[in-house]
Amino acid sequence: MPEMVDQIFVICKHWLLGFAPAGVQPIFSALLSVVPVLVVFPLLFAITTVLERKGLGRIQNRYGPNRVGPCGFFQPIADAIKSLAKEDVVPDTADRVAHFLAPLLLVAAAFLAYAVLPIGRNMVVANLNAGVLFFFAVGSMVELAVFMAGWASRSKYSLLGAMRAIAQMISYEVPLVLASVVVIMAAGSLSTVAIVNAQASYTGIWPHWFVFTPWGFAGFVLFMIAATAESNRSPFDLPEGESEIIAGYYIEYSGFKFALFFLGEYLGMFATSGMAITLFLGGWAAPFSFLTWIPSYVWFFAKLLTLIAGFIWIRGTLPRLRMDQLMNFAWKFMLPMTLLNIFTAGVWHFTPAGYARWLVCVALVVAPFLLLSRGLQQEKKYGMRSYRFAE
Amino acid sequence: MLGEGILKGLAETARNFLGSYVSKDRLTTVQFPEERLPHIEAARSFPFLVYDGEDWQQGMRCVSCLICEKECPPKCIFIEKSKDKKPDAIGKPQFYPVAFNIDVSVCMSCQICVEVCPFDAIKMDIEFELSTNDRFGGLLWNKERLAKPNTYYGEIHPTEAAAVDAQLAEERAKLEAKAKLAAEAKAATVAAPPAQPLRETSEPTEGSGA
Ligand code: SF4
Ligand code: SF4
Repeated sequence: MPEMVDQIFVICKHWLLGFAPAGVQPIFSALLSVVPVLVVFPLLFAITTVLERKGLGRIQNRYGPNRVGPCGFFQPIADAIKSLAKEDVVPDTADRVAHFLAPLLLVAAAFLAYAVLPIGRNMVVANLNAGVLFFFAVGSMVELAVFMAGWASRSKYSLLGAMRAIAQMISYEVPLVLASVVVIMAAGSLSTVAIVNAQASYTGIWPHWFVFTPWGFAGFVLFMIAATAESNRSPFDLPEGESEIIAGYYIEYSGFKFALFFLGEYLGMFATSGMAITLFLGGWAAPFSFLTWIPSYVWFFAKLLTLIAGFIWIRGTLPRLRMDQLMNFAWKFMLPMTLLNIFTAGVWHFTPAGYARWLVCVALVVAPFLLLSRGLQQEKKYGMRSYRFAE
Repeated sequence: MLGEGILKGLAETARNFLGSYVSKDRLTTVQFPEERLPHIEAARSFPFLVYDGEDWQQGMRCVSCLICEKECPPKCIFIEKSKDKKPDAIGKPQFYPVAFNIDVSVCMSCQICVEVCPFDAIKMDIEFELSTNDRFGGLLWNKERLAKPNTYYGEIHPTEAAAVDAQLAEERAKLEAKAKLAAEAKAATVAAPPAQPLRETSEPTEGSGA
């Protein structure tokens, strides 16, 4: 029976597929896989916006939205109606075509990334054998969309925001990919399905998730930091920086295009979180062997919501970084850490299992962390500022 | 160590998050339409015109001296002066405004009109729920919309109003005493000259009325 519940969506799809004539079956099959993704994740976006606003409110000792519907949970509907009803303003000097295409491209790129995420057992839109590679390739399309938006708007703030976004996203793409290399090394495959399968076994009740190894833990933390930066979320929200460049690259967007940017950003965040789950947290696998009767997709979404809660928590806690801090962090900390982490994973792989291996690998993670963080903290001591003319 | 401060911060926000569900004191938000705070005496929104007694037209204190119109920085007051006169707050015959309009969409609540009015005729209101679905006509307030009784003024700004009332009463008493003196003098010498201007402050009124 649990087997049946677990596979219910797969069975439904096959049953529905039976009605289609043989000629259109491939297209129909693709549609049946894609449409649920197109429905579920925007819904998750709607729920996340209201949960985020409520969570941030509570973190700041406020109520958050509590007017529309029961406990304010219909707020996203009100927001959607509002953004649909708003006037769509395009600046006179804007490049109309690029201006129009940018939000669409952003959302399309964000959706494409879901193609390789295994949402449950046997539930993946496309099982590519280079799935991880595809994911990161599609992820970098977001940068193109962002720069299109910033450039096409012909506004200083947009352009500044877009430049910041490009600098940030390219800088953090490197550690993002390098952090996931360790998993590819361990699983020996680029296919997301194979990676999840590699983690879906148990010793006693404990799962074999990669996050429960020294290099996996370090990789997970580094991946999440880079993912935060990739999805432009606080404390890496410099490209948007409401308080300095107003909204960055999407300042010249209004109405539904603005909402699309929001949607794209959140979809990107969910996708990278989903990737983190797939790579490090065992994908749809249950955390304990005695919990395997709960359907796999439930576990995936439970993990996703946990990571989203983490994102919200971080957003409510940390202030925005400065541009130089951001870059220093990427190139002086994240990059060496991820490179050393690959080395650690290699050491782990080639030493026999046992306590010695743990000790060596933990040391290999902690020592560079301490050294590199010391390097980051060495700041120049500035003396009193002296003025030449204003004394 | 790197990350220590981040953990501390996360603990603090987690405390806030959980605490806000446990203790009500943490949530300082006032759920506005249902809950309201008592108004603060120093609050101000837009100006209104004070009148004494029952009849807002008879009791209007404004003597149409146009000072506020000239001083208003965004020039949102429009006054049309009357041709005839009626007794003002202290009983002297004065001009009155035939029209007195304030465009509250322009008014910036600076209170300068209140500061400069020598007749305590214009004061700041505290009403703030003023939305209207006509953004032109609905925000241009005429004399009738602006007129509010002195009792209302006493309610919203008690200390200020008490001081104003005391001063006006004193002036009224002075005027009465003078009138009495003048009547006595008139009785003494049958051919007495007509009454002189009684107050220094009324000089600019006559000047600007020309
Ligand atoms: S409060 Fe200021 S802006 Fe408003 S009417 Fe008076 S002087 Fe003018
Ligand atoms: S200054 Fe006072 S008396 Fe003069 S016109 Fe303005 S409100 Fe009326």
